[in-house]
Amino acid sequence: MKNTQLPKSELDSLKNDTELGWPSVNADWSKDKQVLAMPWGKLMMWIFLLSDTFIFSIFLISYMSARTTVVAAWPNASEVFALTIAGQHIPLILIAIMTFILITSSGTMALAVNYAYRNEIQKTVYLMLATAALGLSFVGLQAFEWSKIILDEGIRPWGNPFGAEQFGASFFMITGFHGLHVTVGVIYLTVIANRIRKGYYQHKGYHIVEITGLYWHFVDLVWVFIFAFFYLW
Amino acid sequence: MNNIEQESNHTTHQPPIAMYLKVWLLLFILSAFSYLVDYLNFQGILRWSLILLFMFLKAGFILSIFMHVTWERLTLKIILFLPLFAVIVFIALMFIEGDYIFINRNITTVING
Repeated sequence: MKNTQLPKSELDSLKNDTELGWPSVNADWSKDKQVLAMPWGKLMMWIFLLSDTFIFSIFLISYMSARTTVVAAWPNASEVFALTIAGQHIPLILIAIMTFILITSSGTMALAVNYAYRNEIQKTVYLMLATAALGLSFVGLQAFEWSKIILDEGIRPWGNPFGAEQFGASFFMITGFHGLHVTVGVIYLTVIANRIRKGYYQHKGYHIVEITGLYWHFVDLVWVFIFAFFYLW
Repeated sequence: MNNIEQESNHTTHQPPIAMYLKVWLLLFILSAFSYLVDYLNFQGILRWSLILLFMFLKAGFILSIFMHVTWERLTLKIILFLPLFAVIVFIALMFIEGDYIFINRNITTVING
């Protein structure tokens, strides 16, 4: 019993609890026991992600407010983020590549969680490191995107040559904060993968992989919204 | 060790790996579709509705399968999704307000030349 404060008999009664729907909610909150039978770290990660959802929501809402109120034309993201590859002018291609990288990393992370619960620890470590490597390449591409936009296109938080001044402020704020999350996630994944490799969780259980996974999937989830609202809209 | 294994499987249902691979593939296809919306240069209502459709589908699959929300108890789902109602209200308020500001700015621009 290292992951929870509950005696095993109570956990078993929760596990065997077959109530569904509202009766289960009622039972969870009213019975004289821990409300959610999950490791505290997992619940805390969910609460953190919920608060992070609010932060990203506020960023996207402020972007919506800027975009709906400006009289000047909003710059066309499709053209701003276009790249010329081998003489071909392809709109938004860099962002599409970044999206696919993040989706791929989410897939490797999901597999890592699954293998961790199957006690295939070697695979878990490799998949987590692969996830971190993909995250790192995402950050690398973002650094390339930022330098292209700042140096070549002349976009600044206070103005740009394409139209509405607020474009730059929204862009640097939203993608910067998301990039920060990816960077933190890469560090987090690497640290946890290394600890797993050293056998730190051998006796604690591998819930930590699921908790790390929740964070990483959330970063991907936020990107889905940024991609839709900032780049595509 | 046996005891720990039992414990770590306590709260989590583990779907087969094939399911993850299918969802992964689906996310790829959905991402490709949302990129195509831009590539094929759809405009207006069609563009916006397709963007939102693919966005919500992707978000739904990531949340429900990759983040395991499907297999969580209703109590946790309520804890996670009820607060988001406040976000929706905020979006609605700011959208209405933004529309109002835009109209006023336009009028000011017209009057002042």
